[in-house]
Amino acid sequence: MTGRGRYVDDFASGAAHAAFVRAEPAHARVVDIDVSGALEVDGVLGVFTHEDLDDGFAQRLPLLIPNDGLFAPRTQYALARDEVCYSGETVVMVVARDRYRAEDAAAGIAVAYEPLPVAADLWAASLPGAAPVHDGMDDNVAGRISEEHGDVSAAFAAAAHTFEWRFEMERSAAMPMEGRAVVAAWDEDEQRLTVWDSTQAPTGIRSGLASLFALDPDRVHVVAPDVGGGFGVKVMQFYPEEVLVPWAARRLGVTVKWTEDRREHFVGSNHERGQIHDVRVGVDHDGRIVALETRFVHDTGAYCPYGMIVPIITAAQLPGPYRLDNYRYELRSIYTNTVPTSPYRGAGRPHAVFVMERVIERVARALGMDSVEVRRRNFIQPNEFPYRVGVTFQDGGPTVYDSGDYPEGLEVLLDALDYDGWRARQRAAREKGRRVGIGIGAYVEGTGIGPYEGAAVTVLPDGSVTVAVGLGTQGQAHETVFAQIAADDLGVPLERVAVTTGDTRRIGFGVGTFASRSAVVAGNAVHRAALKVRELAANLASRTLETDPGDLVFSDGEVSIAGARERSLELGRLALISNPLRYAFGRDAEEAARLAQKAYAASDRPLPEGTSPGLGAIEYYSPVSGVFAFGFHAAVVEIDPDTCDLVILRYVVMHDCGKVINPMVVEGQLHGGVAQGIGGAFFERMAYDGDGQLQNASFMDFLIPYATEVPEVVTVHTETPSPNNPLGVKGVGEAGVIPVSAAIANAVHDALGAPVDSMPLSPARLFELVHER
Amino acid sequence: MREVGRGERTRIALTVNGEPHEIEVEARWLLSDVLRHGLGLTGTHVGCEHGVCGCCTVLIDGHPARSCLMLAIQAEGARIETVEGLAQDGRLHPLQESFVRSHGLQCGFCTPGFLMGALSLLAEAEGMSDAEVRDAIGGQLCRCTGYKGIVDAIRRAPAVERERTR
Repeated sequence: MTGRGRYVDDFASGAAHAAFVRAEPAHARVVDIDVSGALEVDGVLGVFTHEDLDDGFAQRLPLLIPNDGLFAPRTQYALARDEVCYSGETVVMVVARDRYRAEDAAAGIAVAYEPLPVAADLWAASLPGAAPVHDGMDDNVAGRISEEHGDVSAAFAAAAHTFEWRFEMERSAAMPMEGRAVVAAWDEDEQRLTVWDSTQAPTGIRSGLASLFALDPDRVHVVAPDVGGGFGVKVMQFYPEEVLVPWAARRLGVTVKWTEDRREHFVGSNHERGQIHDVRVGVDHDGRIVALETRFVHDTGAYCPYGMIVPIITAAQLPGPYRLDNYRYELRSIYTNTVPTSPYRGAGRPHAVFVMERVIERVARALGMDSVEVRRRNFIQPNEFPYRVGVTFQDGGPTVYDSGDYPEGLEVLLDALDYDGWRARQRAAREKGRRVGIGIGAYVEGTGIGPYEGAAVTVLPDGSVTVAVGLGTQGQAHETVFAQIAADDLGVPLERVAVTTGDTRRIGFGVGTFASRSAVVAGNAVHRAALKVRELAANLASRTLETDPGDLVFSDGEVSIAGARERSLELGRLALISNPLRYAFGRDAEEAARLAQKAYAASDRPLPEGTSPGLGAIEYYSPVSGVFAFGFHAAVVEIDPDTCDLVILRYVVMHDCGKVINPMVVEGQLHGGVAQGIGGAFFERMAYDGDGQLQNASFMDFLIPYATEVPEVVTVHTETPSPNNPLGVKGVGEAGVIPVSAAIANAVHDALGAPVDSMPLSPARLFELVHER
Repeated sequence: MREVGRGERTRIALTVNGEPHEIEVEARWLLSDVLRHGLGLTGTHVGCEHGVCGCCTVLIDGHPARSCLMLAIQAEGARIETVEGLAQDGRLHPLQESFVRSHGLQCGFCTPGFLMGALSLLAEAEGMSDAEVRDAIGGQLCRCTGYKGIVDAIRRAPAVERERTR
């Protein structure tokens, strides 16, 4: 904004720089590494291969979320040992005086490979006889999970109609504007490691590094400063560079920086989305879904650092707002010789919603009904909460919706869209040969999962308040939202609250920013800590003002006696009083010392038993389960039959994330999400060729929507508070992206009469659809 | 045309945010790298290093340009303005103020590029339609906002400026 923001690459100017030699072939045995060319480059400080790594650094990187169904887990080595399994895998690390020299040196390294068969295509890789992605495996199935709710076979037997369809969603990626970056400084005198990391989970990185370096965690600090977008790709723990850069800093005794370039980000940072679903659905004569079964494959890439969490989320969230009394899924996570995958904003939900909403649309068409009516007939009703979906949620517990009013939400959407009006305009347009279509996508999003977050809230002697949370921020306005919560609880002006996120020097425990959980979990932790501080302040003030704590009012940064505002104390003064220390500097210090003497005159010691110096508290919040936001998107599109150009005539978002803390922030999250959804619906795919080479690894070829591609978005809201947390809030971070592909696909189907069962809709695909009829 | 050897440094003179600088650069150094790491002006961000995202946009002799697509040595004698030069005496430029009010930024990484790119629009922004503003900023990527806040901020900036002069 002013140029004073601090992203990781802005730190440690003049530090040594790391560069990586990455595998070119997608699958090969490493035969020989000749580093002699690198050693000749002036300014090279070190060249490292797997052989140079010791202890834990030579082991495979962690598997973050194990699962009993994940029977063949594989994670990568920080530097490849003898086999590379995707193009982009780190093979050699070079550290040099600056980045130019590091890249010169990397270019001088020759790696000899013996090629192995490549499995790049998801479906082909899933079939028996496919080339194995990993040495020592006969096929590419990393794991398999199935679950059944109700009696699916019996329900199919009784169904009036049964349909089978296939739905496909291609691989995409988060693509934050700032790539990843790591700076590590090792202090030999203090035996202390400090890491600045563009991560969404600094506390987890810290714990992992402390364990890897065998250091007391107090000697390891990880700071996520300003982070230029994350959207999931930076919640991965660990990428190779996050281990190697600190390792090199200690080994070489210099501060080492690595800043990813965009091409590296395409081939070295995780992707997501690729899934193929085969669906069987049984309905009655009235359009009620009586049975649904999906067998699907998830493209986990060459490794599964995140276990199978993405397809697990898909499976749990596929029913959405609909009652599925008989639901069965079987998911298989499939290795391919491509970049590994882990959650990207939406994390399995865009796929789930695409499948479910296409089912609704196709059922409606098969039965000659309006899809709006099919939705109404299948909704879970407002009086059915808490509602048990009947399958396992991503946190391992049952999927239980806490609250919602789906029928009402749909009506609010239809009103905002002017649904009947658009149907009339659509009929009129059709009579003139124009191809206009209306599509809806509905979703329920599990947000705010555990295990916990913490917050440290402190009142400083100048009356300002500091809030520190363990999770990082990547633009979600945590600084504003958490400040609002603390300001409300403590009765201080918003501008007197300063929030620090993602700095383990300030609070060591926390989990991370993902799963739309920050406002819910960290927000409630801030609320708890602020209420604790309020209680401490009330106790202190009651002694000083000689009144009952219950008679005190907190406002304008002061604590006063209700009905006697002239008898008040500034919060800052209470912070001073709480610390009975002499020789304090600063305004009013003398008077504060006198007040402290007065407050403690009745006590037997300067710091009464059970109290501690300072006016602050650290509290943690751990939710009983996720809380479930929901919403609907509607798109009206027109396709020019001659040029196949598609225009979005109207786009409406109806959203409910429980109690809204800050409407502007919620709107911002929704608009940003829709833009990413538009990218996923029309442009974004990872174009791998049969050899596992990514053909569009640049912003010239992988198309992210510019302002010209994003439609005007109308947003409307309902507000169904969650009964599960004190603030009544639900997450909003991912919602905007989730139903976009579904709404667009349904609209295009409606416009052209041709089913749209795979995404994205490239211009070529639109041409095919226009000419399919 | 003179030849510069590999690794050889050349002294160049340029003006950045009104301040004259003389620095030694290697021929291959990008202007973005020299601004960020040579002069410490890290407000200019680098998002793609191939001229597509626009995060690194600065003004060169008054015109928006991508500092990742230009070698520093080409900037000999140039007058460069970066995001650090926008706020004056601790007071935000009206365009910056407008971005704050309209939630025109989330992670903030693309923001300096949008600000420098949009400066030239200010005179006419109010009369422009949303579509025209979108077209005008259609060469810069933002992955967070969905552009709505940015478009609003640019259109409202002239009003923010007027508020100050009233």
